[in-house]
Amino acid sequence: MDALIRTEGLSLSFGGVVAADNIDFRLDVGERLAVIGQNGAGKTTFINICTGFLKPTRGRVWFDGKDVTGMEPRHIVRFGLGRSFQLPQLFLDHTVRQCLEISAAARQGRLSFFKPLAQSVNRREIEHTLELVSLRERGSELASSLPEGQRKLLDVAMALMLNPKLLIMDEPTSGVASEDKHDLMATLMRALDERKVTSWFVEHDVDIVSRYATRVAAWIAGKVAADGPPAEVLASAAVRREILGTA
Amino acid sequence: MSFELLMLAAADGFSYAGLLFLVSLGLTLIFGVQGILNVAHGSLYAFGGYTAATLAIWAAEKQAPTWVLLAALVLAALVVGVILGGILEIGLLRRVQDKDPVLQLLVTFAAFLIFEDLQRLIWGVSPYSSTEVVSRLGNFDIFGITYTAYQLLLIPAVAFGVYLGLLFALRRTRLGKQIIAVTHHREVATALGINARKIGLIAFIMGAFLGALGGALAAPTTSLVPGVGTDMIVLSFSVVATAGLGQITGALITALLIGLARSVAVYTVPELEVAVPYLIMVAVLLVRPNGLFTVAQARRI
Amino acid sequence: MARLFDIRILTIAGSLLCLILGLAFPWSKTPIIVGLCFGIATLGVAAMVRAGQVSFGHAMYACIAGYTVAFLARAWPQLDGLLLILAGVGASLFAGAIVGVFVVRYRGIFFGMLNLAISMVLYSVIGKFYAITGGTDGLRINRPTLLGIEFERAGFETVLLVGTLLAAIGLGILVQRYFQSASGEALAGIKTNETRLEYLGLSARRVLWDGYLFSAGLVGLSGALFALVQGLVTPDIGSWLRSGEFVFIAILGGSGHAIGAFLGAAVFELVKLFAAAYMTGIWQMLLGITLIVVILVAPEGIVGLLMKKSALATPRRKSPWGTRREENKWTP
Repeated sequence: MDALIRTEGLSLSFGGVVAADNIDFRLDVGERLAVIGQNGAGKTTFINICTGFLKPTRGRVWFDGKDVTGMEPRHIVRFGLGRSFQLPQLFLDHTVRQCLEISAAARQGRLSFFKPLAQSVNRREIEHTLELVSLRERGSELASSLPEGQRKLLDVAMALMLNPKLLIMDEPTSGVASEDKHDLMATLMRALDERKVTSWFVEHDVDIVSRYATRVAAWIAGKVAADGPPAEVLASAAVRREILGTA
Repeated sequence: MSFELLMLAAADGFSYAGLLFLVSLGLTLIFGVQGILNVAHGSLYAFGGYTAATLAIWAAEKQAPTWVLLAALVLAALVVGVILGGILEIGLLRRVQDKDPVLQLLVTFAAFLIFEDLQRLIWGVSPYSSTEVVSRLGNFDIFGITYTAYQLLLIPAVAFGVYLGLLFALRRTRLGKQIIAVTHHREVATALGINARKIGLIAFIMGAFLGALGGALAAPTTSLVPGVGTDMIVLSFSVVATAGLGQITGALITALLIGLARSVAVYTVPELEVAVPYLIMVAVLLVRPNGLFTVAQARRI
Repeated sequence: MARLFDIRILTIAGSLLCLILGLAFPWSKTPIIVGLCFGIATLGVAAMVRAGQVSFGHAMYACIAGYTVAFLARAWPQLDGLLLILAGVGASLFAGAIVGVFVVRYRGIFFGMLNLAISMVLYSVIGKFYAITGGTDGLRINRPTLLGIEFERAGFETVLLVGTLLAAIGLGILVQRYFQSASGEALAGIKTNETRLEYLGLSARRVLWDGYLFSAGLVGLSGALFALVQGLVTPDIGSWLRSGEFVFIAILGGSGHAIGAFLGAAVFELVKLFAAAYMTGIWQMLLGITLIVVILVAPEGIVGLLMKKSALATPRRKSPWGTRREENKWTP
């Protein structure tokens, strides 16, 4: 299989804290990776480095065969990477539909100057995506009016509109009521399957991890402590002791 | 440029930097606590100046002793700082606290427009000045030049005294620590039981007083005309932005830098006198986008 | 659709009013043209305001265009007025393109202050180099031909009035289309979330630069027209107070729709005329009070009020002003 993303000796430390410690990592096309680990273990930092938001002190990152080390996020995104955030990054003064329209327009590269936004994107695609993340009824409302769970969905949908090869989701279910978490994940996975997007999500809920992931990587203190099939990783001693607290 | 001219320029710049620092300090203090860049700060400078000149002229007519003349300057600044500062904060800024930062800025611009006309209504358009206190304090010789003690000793001494006093107050007193807490994190400070509203008002009045004090101390050495506030506000903006918003020691160093550069320009390339501070600011911001003394922080996502 | 209809009627009524007033009372031609010039400049400043950025230096582009017109008209008196205007706009676009490269790296106060600083440098240099610029007295401009035709003063003003009005309408439509285009909506996205723009593969700086160039050109055009109608340019056309007035008008009119710039400019000119007639000496105070009232009562400006009034208006943007950048304080 082809490596979609690959890192070699990736390290980052700030002010004496080692946030990424010599990480060698690869993710292949078609995988569905769950990343687990305690807060501060370096999960988001690793995403930030891979997507160009932070620059590593050492090591390299390849995305889809291209060396993207030190590039700006916008350039890496153009190679086919989408990302959603732990704190949803939305255009809060725009409507839900407009948020998706801006995404769709951005995918085309050149933004038009005088053609109305709604007309410069594929309307059907927008409606379909809204449907997919169950936001159709709220399409004309302001993004700022959405509750947290729907903000998360919109955040993911904006990344999906880019038709990425890889979608990285940072804690898609955090801040969502626990009874809604499975619905949300099911919705997201349906959307990802439909477009055959490789995915990587950070998650704390073991239930969700074992249900939706094909592979689990466990982060401890800036390192990948365990990596493999869900059952295996979740059963490993280090993970049980350091992350799940069940040992 | 002869040595004498250079010394004259240095003396001018040093004295001017003192005034500039006082005004900028007030501006940066208010920004730190309230998060608002107060455009009306220039009006506080002008009102401080005019009020001080009025009081000083009256006191001089009554043959008051020198210390009374000096006290009149400080009193004028206090009155202006408390009254105008209070009106601005309670009457205006509180009402826009939750609004867009653009609107908060514009509200202070509106206040500036109002004060500008108010000042013209009260004091007219003819130049205003009261140099009595400067001549009473006399001149002295240094490095081959003769300069007034008021400008070369008193103003810098007051400025530096205010700087030390403020640093001490912020670090050592209860009120100062509360101000710092509100500056760093308003919500957390409130949660800890600090009355952020009250602290905001106090800090605003302190800042307003400093702006007015700058004007009051300038009054005996310049003639006040409509527009003095305008010149001062844009200049102190440039000091605060060059130093980095909320930087107190930074404002001191930047005020010195800009004050000296400006007066050297007056003697060498007078055409650029007004432009020099802004050229410095543009040059600094190109290299350090958040100002000379600000440590950039990454946004969490 | 009802909203669009309203604005069309408003535009037509306003234009007719300008024409009728201008023709019936010849003295009103200059204030009307000046008002329209303020409106055109404010269109540009409003674009920046939509991106959440306030520039206290945009009048420098009016200054650059105005002095370009003056220099050219004095060097080649036979140059046509239209060519002068085009040259003025070209100069402001050129300057905007270069200054823009630097200032789009900054946001908020720093964006405002850098623009202010650059405009102050220009303003003070123009005021000091008397030999070239005429200092604070400025430069006179003799009335040029328009489209090859020589006009008397009255005729010249009428042609300028009609021309400025047409330009204002055309630019209003154009700018409104820009606001609603992909580029314009991304520009508004700078106000709320640059991180997301970046993760959509867009350069926020580039988007802002496009808007900045636009705004520089619009302010430049207003400056060129202003210079011609006054027959004089002085450094004051580039002062920071003038820049502040543009921002003022943008807030007053509201940046929800391009027409706000002209509604704001109309109110601004009326307040100024009223004060000049009845309350000499306190017109700044009146402006200040107006601004405070608008911010407290109608933070979305006149346009926001009108949109709220028309029942069928789409609630597209709750308020371009009312919400602060929302910070997500939630932690896992």
